[in-house]
Amino acid sequence: MESLSFEEAFTRLEAAAAALQDGQIPLERALHFYEEGMKLAQHCNELLQKAELRVQQLTRDDADVPVVQSFELE
Amino acid sequence: MLSPFTANTPQMLSVSQLSRYLKEVLETDDILQDVWVLGEISDCKTYPSGHCYFTLKDGEAQLLCVFFKRARLRSSALELHNGMAVAANGRISFYERDGKLQLYVESVEPLGAGALFVRFEQLKALLAAEGLFDAERKRPLPPQPAVIGIVTSPQAAALRDMLRVLQTRYPLARVILSPTLVQGAEAPAAIAAALDLLNEHGEADVIILGRGGGSLEELWAFNEEIVARAIARSRIPIVSGIGHEVDFTIADFVADHRASTPTAAATAAVPNIADWHADILAIQRTLTERIQNRLADLHADLERAQHDLERASPQYQLDRHQQQLDDMTARLQTRMQHILSLHGERLRGTALRLHSLSPLLTIARGYAVVRRESDHTVVTSVQQTKPGDDLTIQVSDGNLYTTVRS
Repeated sequence: MESLSFEEAFTRLEAAAAALQDGQIPLERALHFYEEGMKLAQHCNELLQKAELRVQQLTRDDADVPVVQSFELE
Repeated sequence: MLSPFTANTPQMLSVSQLSRYLKEVLETDDILQDVWVLGEISDCKTYPSGHCYFTLKDGEAQLLCVFFKRARLRSSALELHNGMAVAANGRISFYERDGKLQLYVESVEPLGAGALFVRFEQLKALLAAEGLFDAERKRPLPPQPAVIGIVTSPQAAALRDMLRVLQTRYPLARVILSPTLVQGAEAPAAIAAALDLLNEHGEADVIILGRGGGSLEELWAFNEEIVARAIARSRIPIVSGIGHEVDFTIADFVADHRASTPTAAATAAVPNIADWHADILAIQRTLTERIQNRLADLHADLERAQHDLERASPQYQLDRHQQQLDDMTARLQTRMQHILSLHGERLRGTALRLHSLSPLLTIARGYAVVRRESDHTVVTSVQQTKPGDDLTIQVSDGNLYTTVRS
């Protein structure tokens, strides 16, 4: 789960909530979805909290091919 | 003429010498000493001294102008401001100290809508006719862009503003800056190239084309056809944010989404993670609610099953039979009570009827019962008595005793 991107984690979180809506799934599965959903929500929140905007600069290299370099504001 | 040049001797001149010569050449030219120049005013500044300085432009060239206070007062000139298209009359000279060729203005006449404005309208009409502004061409911006391309000047405050907005609203994104000049003669081609570069690179999901506020001339690059064409051919959706709220450029019309400023463009390009915090919280609540409902349902099921089990047990059967027995006993008793009371009713009815037939009632109405004393026989005929018999006459309230005389 730690390696999931925000989008992936959020999609799975929504899926867990949807799965729980089905009253027919076995209790063990339901509890599994619940626990997973809560962990995913936590993961999503953490990702949002520690997210840092990455900024790069686009130029052309000697062969005229577009390349990205790191960029720092002056 | 005091020319420092001679036909065959190349000469070395000091700057001052050349400047003086230039000044003389200009000031001895009749045409340049009384000339009307058409152009658009920009960089117009009036100092407390009353002198006014501005630049006349026509898109291809520019000319520095000085409008001294005494000339202004003499010509009762109108208030000059940037963007104004005018015809300026005056003389051309060279300002040696700054190395500037200037028009020393004597009077200014307004020309109505500026020449740049005319160009703007012409290009706008041309591109509109080609359908470049059509609503159907506008592409929706991606709701969650992973990579955001920015086309702007790397030195400008606008970039700082845009990055600040993106960091606050959507720090999950990666920004790729495609740097460009944003003003000056080379800006239009540079902007177009920067847009093309992002398209060639291909990673950006959305492009923000931004430039901070400025004069009409400073924003002019965004009104050039080459920029409009580059926006139109971009495969990546473009948000424009050029100048201030009031500024509308050709680029704004061609862009997929027009925002009023660079900051607004950055805001429009990304979702706000603050909303996501709320969404995540809402889903967490839903999860908890659903698992709780599920557990409550299971609990109810369990209770029902327990109940069913109890009903199936022998004790339950016994209890049920006992209850049936009790019910029947009670019913029997009720029924018996009913029958008894029915008989009682019937007995009372008979007694009443019997009472109504009692001879005592007849006596009460004035009749009497006559009996022979000797044997208490009821006398109903004179044949039953003979003189001297003692009779008892029973009336309603007692007996009379008498003797038959005849």
